[in-house]
Amino acid sequence: MRTDRFEAPDYYQLDELLTEEHKLIRDTVRQYVKRELSPIIEDYAQRATFPSHIIPGLAEVGSFGPALPVEYGCGGLDQISYGLIMQELERCDSGIRSTASVQGSLVMYPIYKYGSEEQRKKYLPKLAKGEWMGCFGLTEPDHGSNPGGMTTNFKDMGDHYLLNGAKMWISNAPFADVAVVWAKNEQGRIRGIIVERGMEGFSTPETHNKWSLRASATGELVFDNVKVPKENLLPNVEGLKGPLGCLDSARYGIAWGAIGAAMDCYDSALKYAMERQQFDRPIAGFQLQQKKLAEMLTEITKMQLLTWRLGVLKNEDRATTAQISMAKRNNVEKALWIAREARQIHGGMGITGEYPIMRHMMNLESVITYEGTHDIHLLITGHDITGISAFR
Amino acid sequence: MKILVCISQVPDTTTKISFTPDGKALNSAGVTFIINPYDELALTKALELKEAAGSGSVTAITVGDASTEPNIRKALAIGADDAVRIDAQPLDAFQVASLIAEYARDKGFDLIFTGRESIDFNGGQVGGMIAELLDWPSVNVINSIVFNGNKATIERDIDGGREVVELETPMVVSAQKELTEPRIPNMRGIMAARTKPLAVLAPSNNELLTEVNTLTLPPAKGGCKFVDPSNVQELVNLLHNEAKII
Repeated sequence: MRTDRFEAPDYYQLDELLTEEHKLIRDTVRQYVKRELSPIIEDYAQRATFPSHIIPGLAEVGSFGPALPVEYGCGGLDQISYGLIMQELERCDSGIRSTASVQGSLVMYPIYKYGSEEQRKKYLPKLAKGEWMGCFGLTEPDHGSNPGGMTTNFKDMGDHYLLNGAKMWISNAPFADVAVVWAKNEQGRIRGIIVERGMEGFSTPETHNKWSLRASATGELVFDNVKVPKENLLPNVEGLKGPLGCLDSARYGIAWGAIGAAMDCYDSALKYAMERQQFDRPIAGFQLQQKKLAEMLTEITKMQLLTWRLGVLKNEDRATTAQISMAKRNNVEKALWIAREARQIHGGMGITGEYPIMRHMMNLESVITYEGTHDIHLLITGHDITGISAFR
Repeated sequence: MKILVCISQVPDTTTKISFTPDGKALNSAGVTFIINPYDELALTKALELKEAAGSGSVTAITVGDASTEPNIRKALAIGADDAVRIDAQPLDAFQVASLIAEYARDKGFDLIFTGRESIDFNGGQVGGMIAELLDWPSVNVINSIVFNGNKATIERDIDGGREVVELETPMVVSAQKELTEPRIPNMRGIMAARTKPLAVLAPSNNELLTEVNTLTLPPAKGGCKFVDPSNVQELVNLLHNEAKII
């Protein structure tokens, strides 16, 4: 394993837009990643195994729900801090960032936002510490971009609910202790319900043979007449806006995370181009390589500006779903493009595990699809501009 | 166990060094400053000693202007209980040592910890000077330190071996690599650092014993020349005529 020599590009001195605490948080996570994660990530990705031993460390540096209130054991930090943490985790690997995104934005956030005080107190402190891990069940085998068509449902049995159905493509599912599941009640309304491991009829088979997010565990959630206590229903939301609110938070984190993956590819490509000699000089001296590097840095700088502004809006509670869609879509697409360009600069070495490039590229193929596909995000922007939905 | 840890900030190790036009100081424009890595070891070890003792306090002190505060805040985030900044531009070792010694003199510290040297000017003098000014014993470049009551057992490398010394508090020691692994702040620490006390004190004096005349960069590295192992004559010629070292 190579020493992690990562240096973050900051072409427009955007650090000046951050507070000292933002920088301390970012540098702390970066230092943690360099020391604890970079040395092992390639091996775990190659073996398609989630490095579960890192969970306490991820919790320590504030990866789980950092922007939720201190009274529930969370960080009480602002949205830019949250974004920077996601950026640094994805600089290591999208799979690690996914684990943290799911825990913070898709499990802890709905429990905080839509849960009762008892639910908050029961779950949030343990989730913040990583003592419990969570997953989020929305997507179904036949309902991806159209979650409103879900068939997973629950019936009121008097003293409990009876849950039936199945969810697919669920990050963290194989090891999750709790699942925030979205299902329809007998009136066909979508509600959130907290399912705990060990409930009879609840299983989480792992999805194998992924070529992407290999260091993150993905699985299904299967509910076969699962008896769920009534107090596990999230009382304060009904309808699709529940899960979509969570996705706003997670997609915002992804927009930051993609910068991390892009920066890692760029930094590796720049170093490689400076060191790799062909025709008796560094390949960085050739125009076609400079074009790639210059365009990569231009895109990274634009991504950084976009997310910083979005973070400011989010801190003021003014960021719209459509604005978040635009940032997620743009940043993931550009990160994927940067990974591909970086792969070319690395030549054959770019396909090996000696460099992070191919891992990032394969990861980003998931990131461009999950939490709203690239195409759907475009149509969300289109809808926002015209007022006409192209997919409903 | 009441410990004072001396923190200096230094340019990040990846900094491309340049100097001010008069050649007397580092050009700090665009430079990221970090806690001197040896000082970070000292801080971590101080926290470990406090934790092992079960009680006490760790105070971080720096001599510097307001630009050092992010790094002092980081020391608090890592775990120091409180911090002191003596508001003066650090210009030589005696100035820094005398300011710290004056601060520490009546505070009842058991131990003053420094790094073995700062990685920018590499003077390695401040710890020894503080000890001299306070008339305390000091041990430099230590590999380990264990306390039993007020008695410390310290190991340090010496030429070709290792020395074990025992001494009683108060004392000054300086940290080197083997001592411990630097601690990364955690989120709880970062949050706590917001409200930990950071006192800014006016310098008690500002006496300098040295003055920097000029700073220059080392000569650029030349290319490598390979000499055939059998061609000793050419090697000698090159060393004599080109490298001019024999």
